[in-house]
Amino acid sequence: MTTAANRAADAGAATTAIATSGLSKRYRGGQLAVDGLELSVPPGAVFGFLGPNGSGKTTTIRMLMGLIAPTAGRVELFGEPIPQAGNRVLPRVGALIEGPAHYPYLTGAQNLARYDAADRTADPSTRAARIGTALERVGLANAAQKKAKAYSLGMKQRLGLAAALLQPRDLLVLDEPTNGLDPQGMREIRSLIKALAADGTTVFLSSHLLDEIEQVCSHAAVMSRGRLVTQGTVGELGAGLRARLAVSTPDAAAAETVFKDAGGTDVRVEGERVHCDAEGLEPDAVCAALVAAGVRVFGFGIERASLEDAFVALTGEGFDVAQ
Amino acid sequence: MSLSSVQSETTVATPTAAVRTRRRAPRVRGTFAANEFAVMFRRVRNLALLCALAAIPIALGAAVKLTTRHPNGGGGGFINQVSNNGLFLVFSSLTVTLPIFLPLAVGVVSGDAISGEAGQGTLRYLLVAPVGRNRLLAVKGGAIAAFCLVASFVVAVSAFVVGLILFPVGPVTLLSGESISFGAALVKAVLITLLVAASLLGLAAIGLFVSTLTDTAIAAMAVTVGVTVLSGILQSIPQLSSIQPWLFTDQWTSFADVLRDPVYTPNIVHNLLIQGLYVAVFGSAAWARLSTRDVLA
Repeated sequence: MTTAANRAADAGAATTAIATSGLSKRYRGGQLAVDGLELSVPPGAVFGFLGPNGSGKTTTIRMLMGLIAPTAGRVELFGEPIPQAGNRVLPRVGALIEGPAHYPYLTGAQNLARYDAADRTADPSTRAARIGTALERVGLANAAQKKAKAYSLGMKQRLGLAAALLQPRDLLVLDEPTNGLDPQGMREIRSLIKALAADGTTVFLSSHLLDEIEQVCSHAAVMSRGRLVTQGTVGELGAGLRARLAVSTPDAAAAETVFKDAGGTDVRVEGERVHCDAEGLEPDAVCAALVAAGVRVFGFGIERASLEDAFVALTGEGFDVAQ
Repeated sequence: MSLSSVQSETTVATPTAAVRTRRRAPRVRGTFAANEFAVMFRRVRNLALLCALAAIPIALGAAVKLTTRHPNGGGGGFINQVSNNGLFLVFSSLTVTLPIFLPLAVGVVSGDAISGEAGQGTLRYLLVAPVGRNRLLAVKGGAIAAFCLVASFVVAVSAFVVGLILFPVGPVTLLSGESISFGAALVKAVLITLLVAASLLGLAAIGLFVSTLTDTAIAAMAVTVGVTVLSGILQSIPQLSSIQPWLFTDQWTSFADVLRDPVYTPNIVHNLLIQGLYVAVFGSAAWARLSTRDVLA
């Protein structure tokens, strides 16, 4: 697996793994699904791609893979234009797009053999061995000779991942890779992604699970209503949000007064929890003031913004369908 | 699919040792075309279609055997001669299957070609593999043509075997009156089967085109079979005589001209011309559609 790392190194910092400029897609209905996307995924990154349902993530991934033509703008994978150079670049890319898809009447191994045969650069003489390794990596070795129609949802997901891992890849594009997996399976796949990333493979990971992105990704981008709201390292995303100073107490009204007297802004009371913007406040002084005011303090501390907070702040919504 | 299309520039970023083995590797057994053929003839649905086709000569032969004292049937006139010469079961079986059963089987397989892949989502994974859209279409087209050939030969061989078992065989009297040896007649039977397979190519091209239009395989199959029925209906309307020579079903019966001495070729040539034209037109349309299509399934 050092080859992938070497290749990533050979490619150098100059060739961005994924680069789009002004990428837009308007469907025939007139709906603008993706609007002027400027995406830049550095080589070697584990890039989280976030957005509510219907925000244009899958449309973007389809354009990256050359499955649909952009209405405007360009896509480049490793500096080569898509879809023009697709036959040259795509063998370096493994993909799981909008769930796995298989021939139900073929076995797991036969399914992989078909996908591998479709890739002209794949060597038929090493095919059986590569299929065995890929099935092993996703934990399907025992089900290789079973027909795909007998697979469970989680097994189908694993088989889809195995197809993406048939060759050493420079880039993996994974759309919801842990979908349908049990918690144990999720952990296995996450550690697999981490291992692949450690070998130098760039991973482009779209997920609805924010803690998954937080655990696995080095970079992230957030989409909302077809537009890219932000992109950067995961640390930078959270940094945009201020930490909150929070106290748990049955004496909410008194605590609110203390926070305001101490100069706290944006003070909010939620039941037995009172919190405010931590900017410019001395936590120890505020705590002392609370105790001095006779507020019963059950819990007190600074709460850092999570990626979920950043997400909600950026998109102004939870995971509801856009529009 | 030609093997010369193996890309040489694809291996830019791979280690040199791997490049060498990749270029030297034997390609035929591992190509996508080989895989497509294997999948097509291993699939239970397609095998069932072929079995059904093989059953038709059996039913036909049994019917003739049981009613041999009342010779009075269709089958393009061949059926009356079956009880005298088993080889005529080949001709009558092809005559019976060509208007309905063979188009049905070809319609199912060709209509499913791209739409089936799209419907089950495997089209997107083939394309990102990447199979290349032109290569995919070429392989699918080749596989459908192979299916036309296999389906026609399944009918012919089944009829030949049934004829051999149930009826006497011997020299064949041609439509033009001469008598030829059994061996010479067998050669003509093979030629006729090839012509029947070729007669199906126009329909196969229509099916391939229709299958690029939709993600619903069953719709593409129904349209393809429906087109055959429609063509048959147009054939029977006298007012449409000006377009009839260009319907793909128009010269389907021309294969019978092989049973003349010398072979009467004008209608056979016309048939091959029509089929070639349909393959060119609908093949190009399928290419134009697939190469620009947004794959959303």
